[in-house]
Amino acid sequence: MQLNVNGRTHDLGDIDPTTPLLWVLRDTLGLVGTKYGCGIGQCSACTVHVNGAPVQSCQLPVQSVEGMAVTTIEGIAAEDGTLHPVQQAWIDEDVAQCGYCQAGQIMSAVALLERTPKPTDADIDEAMSRHLCRCGTYNRIRKAIHVAAGQIEKTGSAA
Amino acid sequence: MSSRIDPRDVDPYLPEFMREAAAASARAPVSRREFIKVAGFVGGGLVLGFAVGARVAAQENGRGAHADSTFAPNAYVQIRPDGTVVLYAKNPDVGQGVKTALPMIVAEELDADWSNVRVEQAPISMALYGPQFAGGSMSVPMNFDTLRRAGAIARAMLVAAAAERLGVAASELSTDAGYVVHRASGRRLGYGELAEAAAQLPVPDTASIPLKDRKDFKLLGKRVTGVDNLKVVTGQPMFGIDQRVPGMLYATYTKAPAIGARAVRANLDHVKSLPGVKDAFLLEQRGTPIEFNPASDGILSGVAIVADSTWSALKAKRELEVEWDETEASKDSWSGAVAEAKRLAAEAPQQTLGETGDVDAAFASAQKTVEGFYTYPFVSHADLEPQNCTVWCKDDGTVEIWAPTQTPQNAVTAVASLLGVPEEHVTLHQLRGGGGFGRRLANDSVVEAAAISKRIGAPVKVQWTREDDFAFDYYRPGGFHSFKAAIADGRLTAWQDHFITFTRGGSEPATSANLSPQEFPANRVPNSRIVQSMIRSRLPTGPWRAPGSNAIAFAVQCFLHECAVAAGRDHVEFLLEVMAMEPPAAPAPRGLGGPGGFRMAGLDTKRASAVIELAAEKAGWGRSLPAGRGLGLAFHFSHNGHFAEAAEVSVDASRRVTVHKVWVAGDIGPIINMSGAENQAQGSVIDGFSTAMGLEVTFENGRAQQRNFDAYPLLRISQAPEVEVHFIQSDNPPTGVGEPALPPAAPAICNAIYAATGHRVRTLPLTREGFKIS
Repeated sequence: MQLNVNGRTHDLGDIDPTTPLLWVLRDTLGLVGTKYGCGIGQCSACTVHVNGAPVQSCQLPVQSVEGMAVTTIEGIAAEDGTLHPVQQAWIDEDVAQCGYCQAGQIMSAVALLERTPKPTDADIDEAMSRHLCRCGTYNRIRKAIHVAAGQIEKTGSAA
Repeated sequence: MSSRIDPRDVDPYLPEFMREAAAASARAPVSRREFIKVAGFVGGGLVLGFAVGARVAAQENGRGAHADSTFAPNAYVQIRPDGTVVLYAKNPDVGQGVKTALPMIVAEELDADWSNVRVEQAPISMALYGPQFAGGSMSVPMNFDTLRRAGAIARAMLVAAAAERLGVAASELSTDAGYVVHRASGRRLGYGELAEAAAQLPVPDTASIPLKDRKDFKLLGKRVTGVDNLKVVTGQPMFGIDQRVPGMLYATYTKAPAIGARAVRANLDHVKSLPGVKDAFLLEQRGTPIEFNPASDGILSGVAIVADSTWSALKAKRELEVEWDETEASKDSWSGAVAEAKRLAAEAPQQTLGETGDVDAAFASAQKTVEGFYTYPFVSHADLEPQNCTVWCKDDGTVEIWAPTQTPQNAVTAVASLLGVPEEHVTLHQLRGGGGFGRRLANDSVVEAAAISKRIGAPVKVQWTREDDFAFDYYRPGGFHSFKAAIADGRLTAWQDHFITFTRGGSEPATSANLSPQEFPANRVPNSRIVQSMIRSRLPTGPWRAPGSNAIAFAVQCFLHECAVAAGRDHVEFLLEVMAMEPPAAPAPRGLGGPGGFRMAGLDTKRASAVIELAAEKAGWGRSLPAGRGLGLAFHFSHNGHFAEAAEVSVDASRRVTVHKVWVAGDIGPIINMSGAENQAQGSVIDGFSTAMGLEVTFENGRAQQRNFDAYPLLRISQAPEVEVHFIQSDNPPTGVGEPALPPAAPAICNAIYAATGHRVRTLPLTREGFKIS
């Protein structure tokens, strides 16, 4: 089967079609930015976009996303390497501690700002509560989302 | 000044190896050590190493012989002719930020331009770097002085090279952001231009090099974003789990549901027939793996499945059937332990840990006696990156390890011992850990990976599942405190704690299950008695962020609040009064280290009082709040950090808890990286609340009952309070901040719940007392 990831089509050969998208990304394609945390859809460290919507890749058999556009943390910066405003805000606000959950957090934050360019704290709670951060960086995640929203408003576009 | 450090003076809740490393490090003050130039840098330039005595010289000479081909990065400082400054971060980073903080210390004294600094993770070498580990909040205190001198010496050599080139006295030169400046003539020479010449100069005597005054710091204390943040936000490989090696196979290792049971047989033929599976085999129990020991080469009995991908291995694991022999397995149950603790609390204690003054007389003359029985559960580390390790046992007898471990040197020792090879044949690459919290002090996954790689003769990544991670932890032990206190004239006159804890063999508490007889307020109150009884257990225990303190602070600081309430006193005033007490026959403080060396100085009541007052002030202590809303406060000293925290909490009619805000006041001396320190304090408070609110691992018949996050509800963003952090930057030596901000969080919140509701929380997690969170 074939899989479209970050705008490129990959031939997965005769891969077990029940393999979770998470492990295809990590082991087959070497895109290890998407993380394994729980395997049961509780922590959302494995969040990617499928057709623009944030989903937990540990819960999706790869066959279920055939023909769809998968975007991972490796694919959200601009072609020229310019970071997405959410990525830049994560650096500027020094959000990460261990950093393990942050790729998933960023994917949900990017999706949130596409739907809701000026999110309230309640919007952030709703969009981001699927994610666990064991280090407890929630204050900074909230701040960075507001900063990125301001940046997108100022420049008129994301990345 | 000579310094005599007894390892017992270092935090009594730390594992022995950390206390000894700290004591050894303080015993060899920097002035008696040598900096060396390290040979072997391609293209010239200045490379400085630092190490202890003769071992270094031997190593340097050894390297010199084959120094020309590839650069062996064995130093703190490397300055390349193109001006690039490479600084080596010696200790593992598991989220505590030392990969940024430690090089900042070097850069400050070097006067490097931080934007032009590249940070690399150092290789493992006791000779060149001394102890390398992430634990005990000790990276900063153990390395601050050494790293300053590493930077200052490099700077002095660059200045000397510039003086020679410009034909002026070194005293006419200054440095600024990567340049040596001759102010009189306006000439500037970049560090890169000077690197090769500097490398030819002798290394000056450490003692002759002045260090900056704190007021002249340009970088330390500023907000600096983490050096790995670009990698984090773009998803580049950096964690243990991200490691890939050509030809690498993927393994799971299945251990018994009951801790310590042994695998007798398994349906290996069936498992080996499954798609992608390369091999499956039993590993025998080795050593005593349920005992926490970072250098242990022990392995729990289990079944390895080796496959061509993680998914093939995980899928095969579902079909694995194992017959377990539970003869030697744990039969422990949490409910059984609770019943046993209550029984023991009613009896005479088994041991007296410490006694001062005349406790019985104080109780006899008390106007009020306060009693309380406190309980806290076992908890798991729950690092978000499940345990994993990649090992390649090569045909030539050498071994390569890629590990997200907090104790890389111990990992090398463990693997060398397991395989019977010299440690020099084992190379370990330090990878970032997706959370540590003490879990990655143990190297059990490293040893498993080494055993499996050895067996199959190929590089292998052993990947634990989340369920494995919960089932095979070195848990924060639960515990019980049966307190009794005497109040006379509104003052605390006696303090008694009957501590009930767990033991393996019966003589000593299990790892991280001990209580110091000097635990506050026993070290302040004129009459105190600390006694102990123990329950036998086979559950593995180990250090969990702020070991000991993380639970003891809850019990002690909540019971002290009970005492304040019983005495009819304001809590802050009461705490400050206890802090000011002078216990009779107080042992003289045994400070560590001489000038320049790091110190483990113990509780400083003035610093303690200052943070208590600051937290109270910032929280608006004493202001009136609506019904159902309250302010609570707590203080705890650990890891040489003084922290007070105040929490504003509301509780609704259905016992739903909201923590609105927490104010943190901390004194850890001067701050290295303000951004990192604040992040650690905020995260510690959220970790402390998360754990107090709803986390516990219970056991039935030796089996952990919680196996994934659905049963272990870590706090989420919508539930997290705003955390406001204030530091008092005293002139004391800087100390670590990965741990000491955690312990006061839970008692501050529980005391606020009392203020809001009148309900005294004596059992954690809060869900056990009927509280919930939306």
